Amino acid sequence: MTAPLLSVDKLDVRFALRTRRGLLPTWIDLRAVDSVSFTLGAGETLGIVGESGCGKSTLARAILRLVPAAGGRVLWLGEDLTKLDDDAFRRRRRDFQIVFQDPLAALDPRMTAGTIIAEPLRTFHPELSRAAIQAKVAATMRDVGLAPEHINRYPHEFSGGQCQRIGIARAIVLEPKLLVCDEPVSALDVSIQAQIINLLKRLQRERGMAMIFISHNLAVVRHLCHRVLVLYLGKAVELAPTERLFARALHPYTQALIAAVPVPDPAVERNRSKLVLRGDLPSSLAPPSGCPFRTRCPKADAVCAQSMPALLPVASDHTVACHHAG
Amino acid sequence: MTVLVAGTSEQAVAGRSLWRDARARLRRNRAAVASLVVLGAIALLALFAPYLSIHPYDKVYFDRIQVPPDFGAGHWFGTDGSGRDLFVRTLYGARVSLMVGLLATAVALAIGVVYGAVAGFVGGRIDELMMRAVDVMYSLPFMFFVIILMVMFGRNIYLIFVALGAVEWLTMARIVRGQTLSVRRKEYIEAARASGVPTPTIIRRHVIPNVLGPVIVYVTLTVPHVIIVESFISFLGLGVQEPLTSWGVLVSEGARVMEEAPWMLLFPAGFLAATLVALNFVGDGLRDALDPKQRP
Repeated sequence: MTAPLLSVDKLDVRFALRTRRGLLPTWIDLRAVDSVSFTLGAGETLGIVGESGCGKSTLARAILRLVPAAGGRVLWLGEDLTKLDDDAFRRRRRDFQIVFQDPLAALDPRMTAGTIIAEPLRTFHPELSRAAIQAKVAATMRDVGLAPEHINRYPHEFSGGQCQRIGIARAIVLEPKLLVCDEPVSALDVSIQAQIINLLKRLQRERGMAMIFISHNLAVVRHLCHRVLVLYLGKAVELAPTERLFARALHPYTQALIAAVPVPDPAVERNRSKLVLRGDLPSSLAPPSGCPFRTRCPKADAVCAQSMPALLPVASDHTVACHHAG
Repeated sequence: MTVLVAGTSEQAVAGRSLWRDARARLRRNRAAVASLVVLGAIALLALFAPYLSIHPYDKVYFDRIQVPPDFGAGHWFGTDGSGRDLFVRTLYGARVSLMVGLLATAVALAIGVVYGAVAGFVGGRIDELMMRAVDVMYSLPFMFFVIILMVMFGRNIYLIFVALGAVEWLTMARIVRGQTLSVRRKEYIEAARASGVPTPTIIRRHVIPNVLGPVIVYVTLTVPHVIIVESFISFLGLGVQEPLTSWGVLVSEGARVMEEAPWMLLFPAGFLAATLVALNFVGDGLRDALDPKQRP
């Protein structure tokens, strides 16, 4: 077991929403991320999965302080990052970088690819010469599969996959210890997705980076991640090593997610029994009492409506939050 | 073959910046280049005005009052109602009008862009505070402001720049703030923050270049507006004083006698119109040049 690089402890993110009901505006708390904890070792890949709106991206952004956390701690090699002021935190950013979901939107349309990739270098190494920066940019571009000759092109002159490669190059140019990938392939064509996934996998192996990989594509997560964290309505419901999770998920929500992955064999696909969820994701503004999943859960009973199940270990590396697990 | 490929990829391609690309794109825009030439020519004429005619700008020829263009006497544009040479006066008017137009706009641009970008980007209470301050200044009557300045500092041509700049930046700040609000939610701003870029640098490097399009359009509207307002202030006796003149003053004088002496309107108005048309083309050219998505 490697020592934890990153340790997230009961992290909360809330958004105050203003509503106009009646004369005076009132504020409603939206609990986007609710007391989520996990650890991440050096070189490890953690997948975060869940439906749209379950707080996956918000959790990642809160770790990187792109949205403010309302509570909890983020420990980086044992040091509490949430206690740092903005400027001190800014200087730490070289160690953790992010790849965004929309490849084109994440690139400044008025900057050339070379300038975009060079920006973190110019920020953290103002002492580097123009030539040194250029050499590093060219090397990084080659490393992510871009032709260094395209250094002067603008983002709109690239394809989506190439834009994502620029985004990855910008994220790894400082050689971070942690790379957060926020659905890096969901905006890409399926054929390009595989290339980007394999690129990320190779970069991680070569550079020994830890990775947080956010996705709603379980097949991709299974291919890439060592462990998987399942979120539902901002709460962690299950955390387990990938193979164990796919073999014997304990939470009904995880089971339903895994059952929803199509099997690439029509004969099997037609005959296998599927656990299909009823209803929609409840509103995070008015979450159900007790277990948040009980409104859609096939196993729900009276206990589920009364108390929120705690996230309890069922094995040394497998925790689940369900009254009916095991 | 392999040697060739290795050679091209090892050879570093020189990096380019938005500004250098913009200059190249602007140079390919014929209308913009021609307009820059026109503006440059007018500026040169204004600069060398005293050497271009045998007549001084304030000399009154009592025997040649309001005569039409007369090449024999060197009155290329004719004379005005006081018998002064209109050609020299038009060029002297160019000095004042161009200076007011460009300087006041530059002041408005500098203050407005920085103020608006900071307010829009920082947001929250600071934004509220900064924009309410703008609203308060908006509500001050402009002429009242000019008169107070004149009373406090005496009559001075430079006060016009200050007064006009101090008023025009308010609209600029509102435009820039509005644009900034839409830019600051973009993912590339978040990406810059994630890369550890400090906020002032984000504003300078990412926000301002991305709000420039509407700003440039507004600048091309501000220059003529400032030139016209200057003539109004001068008309009230608070701006440029006789015998010095400006295009705005010449045009308003000419408009009064356009039936008996059309040259008094046509020449200064022609210069004013040519300058404004040229500025519009330059503005359009700049806006397109600064947008990399435009085909070169």
